[in-house]
Amino acid sequence: MNSLAVDIKNLCFTYPGQSAMLFSDLNLTVGAGERFGLFGPNGAGKTTLMNLMTGLLSFEQGSIRLSGNEIKKKDKSINKLFGFIPQDLSFYQELTPVENLAFFGAWSGLNSREIKQRTDELLDVLGLADVRNKPVEKFSGGMKRRINLAIGVIHQPKILFLDEPTVGVDVQTRYAIINYLKELNKKGTTLIYTSHQLSEAEDLCNTIALIDEGKIIVHNDLNTLLAEHGQNGLEGLFLNFTGKKYRNADV
Amino acid sequence: MYKLGATIIKDLRILLRDKIGLTLMFGMPILLVLVITKIQNSTFELVNKNKVVLLLANRDTGKISLEMIQAIDKIGMFKLTEVSKNTNDEQLTNRMHAKDAMLALILPQDFSAKITAKAKNVTAKAMNSFGLEGGDTLNRKAGNTDPIILYYHPILQDAFRRSVQGALHSALQMVESKQVLQQLYFSINEKPLPVSMENELLNNQSPINEVPVSRDGNRTVPNASQHNVPAWTIFAMFFVVLSLGSGIVREKLSGSFTRLKTLPTNYLVALLSKQITYLSVTMIQATLIFAIGVWLFPYMNLPALNLPEDLLGLFIVSFFCGWCAVSYAICVGVFAETQEQANGFGAVSIVILAALGGLMVPAFAMPDSFQTIIKLSPLHWCLEAYYGLFLEGGKLSDVWMNIIPLIVIAVLIQLVTVWGLKRKKLI
Repeated sequence: MNSLAVDIKNLCFTYPGQSAMLFSDLNLTVGAGERFGLFGPNGAGKTTLMNLMTGLLSFEQGSIRLSGNEIKKKDKSINKLFGFIPQDLSFYQELTPVENLAFFGAWSGLNSREIKQRTDELLDVLGLADVRNKPVEKFSGGMKRRINLAIGVIHQPKILFLDEPTVGVDVQTRYAIINYLKELNKKGTTLIYTSHQLSEAEDLCNTIALIDEGKIIVHNDLNTLLAEHGQNGLEGLFLNFTGKKYRNADV
Repeated sequence: MYKLGATIIKDLRILLRDKIGLTLMFGMPILLVLVITKIQNSTFELVNKNKVVLLLANRDTGKISLEMIQAIDKIGMFKLTEVSKNTNDEQLTNRMHAKDAMLALILPQDFSAKITAKAKNVTAKAMNSFGLEGGDTLNRKAGNTDPIILYYHPILQDAFRRSVQGALHSALQMVESKQVLQQLYFSINEKPLPVSMENELLNNQSPINEVPVSRDGNRTVPNASQHNVPAWTIFAMFFVVLSLGSGIVREKLSGSFTRLKTLPTNYLVALLSKQITYLSVTMIQATLIFAIGVWLFPYMNLPALNLPEDLLGLFIVSFFCGWCAVSYAICVGVFAETQEQANGFGAVSIVILAALGGLMVPAFAMPDSFQTIIKLSPLHWCLEAYYGLFLEGGKLSDVWMNIIPLIVIAVLIQLVTVWGLKRKKLI
């Protein structure tokens, strides 16, 4: 078994039509089983890096390996290794939770028996069993977030990418989602998480990297970093490295 | 296959819950077919059965003008409403502005006298040319009659106006010929033309039998339903662009598409599913519209649609029409950046392609410069194939040459779609 969930080497990336390179020789590793948090100010490159790791964006130079598999190859079977929870609600609002899971489960490579089993498990554990046959468009924001999560983990991925998975939800839903993610991690799923909710991140992540202007400026175990820099929390550490100036993303 | 099946089920579920989309794809085309066929049918009836009101001001006092009125009435095309001979032009046109009538005819003063003089003049010329004594032919003025004035409402279409003019000319010709004949007979025999001979000479025209060309020997004259139902069914099929094209854009813009791209399945599966789902939709559209034509039209005082004998041929033509329509809709959806673009471009382009394809004006009536362009419209080939079956009584073997270009166009559209998907890094 590969000990690295993510292994990025000498990654170079430039957005089409832009002259400045966003990533130049970027290197990053995430160990298997880690709860890794990627943080940075707006426009730092978090979402771009997440999109590169999930194959949503393609790159010319360097390499990204997920559990030892090169993602640059146009082999869609690599995508079975990971799940992705985008910041946007990524499902069909017209369908019910069961119908959404049936479709995305099939696209994730599961058969009907596996889909049924996983659907029952997930709806139960995420508190959606009672509304399994109701159209998602009538759900509250928190319920929709839980569906978003369920779809991303239906195929029990080895690596789970989470882009602000709890944005806009109430305290109860956040608590439930974070607990569920910790449970997944205990079962061996590597979490790659990004968010601006630093208190939540502090609760979830054991390893973090700070990224700014396309560069990894610090990467280590969270507790070690806090101790080294004399900070009580992630917010202080974040401001210590990235400063207090406003950041505007390139427009 | 399991992924494809799951995707088709997903697409069907979304489609069935989209009430507006279903209305656009089924309700609107059915309404369109009903309305257009009803209008076209009433136009046919206007010419063939219904009579159009013609105001008639007879300013003449002679009997030839009365014969002229009888001749016009005999045509059977007009409902004559005689007005006082003192009615002036302004009063007549005012009644037409009030839509009392679409046409008004003024027979000028001395109409009878001038027709008689003209007949005498023609007779004299004829007698002189035979070497007989025919009288004075030097009265040039007698050869000219004052014009009959026909007022028409500008909403009348040119083709209808021309048919009115043709009918009036034929009535006038009949009256003038009768006068010439009577004069000629009198000049030779010095007695009036017997009525029996007059009838034999003037009213004994050779009949014209209208026979529609058909491949199956069926001589039923095509009606408004035969013309309109196939044409507007094609239009309905291509209008899936509104639901399918914008649906693809909506999916592209939504988060679900982002997730789909991260899953271990090629997006082509989604497009294949949409083709199967919406091809089924177009086939249901065609079946529904044809069924309405066959069974519902007679209850609405419309001529029933007669289905072609070759039902397999009808299925295959409908299948390829539908496939081409779905391919076009997917192509629009792939290239459009917003739903507004997909809906706007999709709808306008279908109307243009329909116009070019001969759905609105028959292709043979288009100018020469358009004869090449119309062949680029898939709707043209669909229409030709349907007309081959519905109007000409043809079989599948008779319309293959229309199906092949349709397949070529559909394949080209599919290739452009795949190129667009690659260019946009969607596959």
